[in-house]
Amino acid sequence: MKKECVTMLLAGGAGKRLGLLTRNLAKPAVPFGGRYRIIDFALSNCLNSHMYTVGVLTQYSPLKLHQHIGVGKPWDLDRMEDGLTILSPYTETSGGNWYLGTADSITKNINFIEQYDPNYLIVLSGDHIYHMDYNELLNQHKEKQADVTISALEVPWKETSRFGILNTTDDLRIYEFEEKPTSAKNNLASMGIYIFNWDILKQYLEADSTNESSNHDFGQDILPAMILDHRKLYAYKFEGYWKDVGTIESYWEAHMDLLRENLHLSLNNRNWRTYSHDSNFAPQLIGENAVIHHSLINNGCIISGNIDHSVLFENVHIGDGSVIIKSILLPGARVGDNVLLERVIVQENVTIPNNTRIVAHPDEDPVVLSNDNIAYVSLGEED
Amino acid sequence: MTTMMGLINLEHEHDFLKELTYFRCGAATPFAGRYRLIDFTISNMAKSSISEIAIFTKSKYRSLIEHLGSGADWDLNKRHGGLFILPPHWEDPTDISKGDLRHFRNNWDYFDRSKSNYVLISGSQFISNMLYRDLFHHHLKSGADVTMLTTKYDRLLPEHDSCLKVEVDEAGVVEDITNDLKNPHVFSGVYVLRKALLLELIEDCIANHKTHFFLDGIKANLARLNVHSYNYQGYSAVVNSIDSYYRENLALLENKNYQQLFPTGDPVFTKISNQAPTQYKGTAKVAKSLIATGGVIEGDVEKSILFRGVHVSTDAVVKNSIIMPHCKIEAGAHLENVILDKDVTVTKDQVLKGAKEQPFVIAKRKTV
Repeated sequence: MKKECVTMLLAGGAGKRLGLLTRNLAKPAVPFGGRYRIIDFALSNCLNSHMYTVGVLTQYSPLKLHQHIGVGKPWDLDRMEDGLTILSPYTETSGGNWYLGTADSITKNINFIEQYDPNYLIVLSGDHIYHMDYNELLNQHKEKQADVTISALEVPWKETSRFGILNTTDDLRIYEFEEKPTSAKNNLASMGIYIFNWDILKQYLEADSTNESSNHDFGQDILPAMILDHRKLYAYKFEGYWKDVGTIESYWEAHMDLLRENLHLSLNNRNWRTYSHDSNFAPQLIGENAVIHHSLINNGCIISGNIDHSVLFENVHIGDGSVIIKSILLPGARVGDNVLLERVIVQENVTIPNNTRIVAHPDEDPVVLSNDNIAYVSLGEED
Repeated sequence: MTTMMGLINLEHEHDFLKELTYFRCGAATPFAGRYRLIDFTISNMAKSSISEIAIFTKSKYRSLIEHLGSGADWDLNKRHGGLFILPPHWEDPTDISKGDLRHFRNNWDYFDRSKSNYVLISGSQFISNMLYRDLFHHHLKSGADVTMLTTKYDRLLPEHDSCLKVEVDEAGVVEDITNDLKNPHVFSGVYVLRKALLLELIEDCIANHKTHFFLDGIKANLARLNVHSYNYQGYSAVVNSIDSYYRENLALLENKNYQQLFPTGDPVFTKISNQAPTQYKGTAKVAKSLIATGGVIEGDVEKSILFRGVHVSTDAVVKNSIIMPHCKIEAGAHLENVILDKDVTVTKDQVLKGAKEQPFVIAKRKTV
């Protein structure tokens, strides 16, 4: 059956820079924002943008990710005609291999895409925090009669060296793509969100798949080849909040962003809701002596003590006299009495004994606590 | 496999909650920050491998139907079994049945089609988080005709007056079912029996122009039936009046009560609504309260229950109150001993106070 647009969501990355957070977990499945997993933002954007034909490409440690996504029910993607399909690497009579790069993962699923005979292919990342209507991107793509449109964000000039920078003419046509430039000519950073005319992309993917020197990557191979051929690549200027939570520091920062008064992304926005599973915990119980400021707290929490600038996922217990500052506590964390945590990320089901003190210095990465390292970390901080 | 089917019979439940039950039946009344009363019974059934549940409704069932939907949130939208909401509408001119017997007679297909040989019948006013499976196993083992779920309260409260009480012998056989105000052995309204016996008793009741299945079919036949009591001593509450509603909600602010009704790993299921975690702003001051998600708190909340999506503005005070979903408490407002139904807005600097024994109830969607 014909669909105008097919969406491919890249969710196979290992997210190595998230350290302990992704040791047994694909990056898109990392818990985020007190009740979500990172991929919920992209999947909710698909639903809110009425993009109902979605392929999710998974590869690294996919157990939790697959369980979470399931048939796409929380995002209304369990549909009769199309809906959500999980696309993992596979073998066939001619052999098989892992996904070797972002472009390769699409190439290996050409059969999936061709079922829908689409005009356009949207490629998304499963590891970004943002609210976006993909129709605005699609509309501009059609207006400009582009071959490719890349969503981009103006970033502070001093940060341009961390991003893939799009050099454009005044009408946003891209003439050059620079990966992490030392002296940037523009401050328009690629968000890793692309829309392609499918027939054109398919030619490039097929050519790329036989090129042995290629990394089979959109940023490194496909887009540069298209620019070289003078294809019509345009930037789409996104205005709003967008964050790539690729490192522990940025993961922590994104949580602190959620606590800001004037953030351009609201989890309470009734017109652009973020959907996820619900774990059916009772409402949170706030104790007599609790003090809570600038925080996000989910169901099933039982709170004594003092919580400031922190995000507590479901089913977290905080004991008497404990002080939690600028920290993130994932589901099932148990914090005893008289504990001090500052700039700490507590992983799922970690128990923190009474009187533990863990403070990460503002110049260092936040501390990630697991059941394995807790004894070592807290001892180290005590003196 | 020996299985039971479920029935929640609302025919004889009164709309006891004044303004809160003007537009909804008691079973659909919001409770404990994110639930409705009926959730506890349905969850207990669903967790006890009861895969088909019927609900006999009497009136004002729109919000009940909206809440339960297909039953998906209780895993009841499956190929086998399901959720059957049965409103009171039937036009058979030959029908002589009365009271709840009309429901049984006109909906007998529900029972007939099921492969289950046993029926567990309940109301919606007994709040607990337990497995009815234990009651069922006890029933099978004892060989009783009927097994009633009872609980013994150390202190009897006004809401127990209207509950039936049981007198049992040492072996758990029910010798009498009474209205004795001093008997602490309270019948929960939950009982289990064979489907064939249910049909037999119903036919008998209808032929004799009876109106109340439990009273006329079971209590009146106590001498010829082998009725047992299964005593449950876990946390429970009976909610059948404004007074008990208010008190049993606020009782959950005590950590030990909360942890007994909501032990970790033993969820009570309810309709899922996808709210963000609760936001506490810099001016928030919250103590001893039960707070659901989707809320934004900037003011002072003490000994209160806030349902989903409640906004408490700066300098507003909410004390000893129950605030239902999507209420807005504007800046400087002061609420004490108040129950606000859904979507109520309390305007700036407004003061609302009820008595501790008699909370002030504001009906749905009002602006005060």
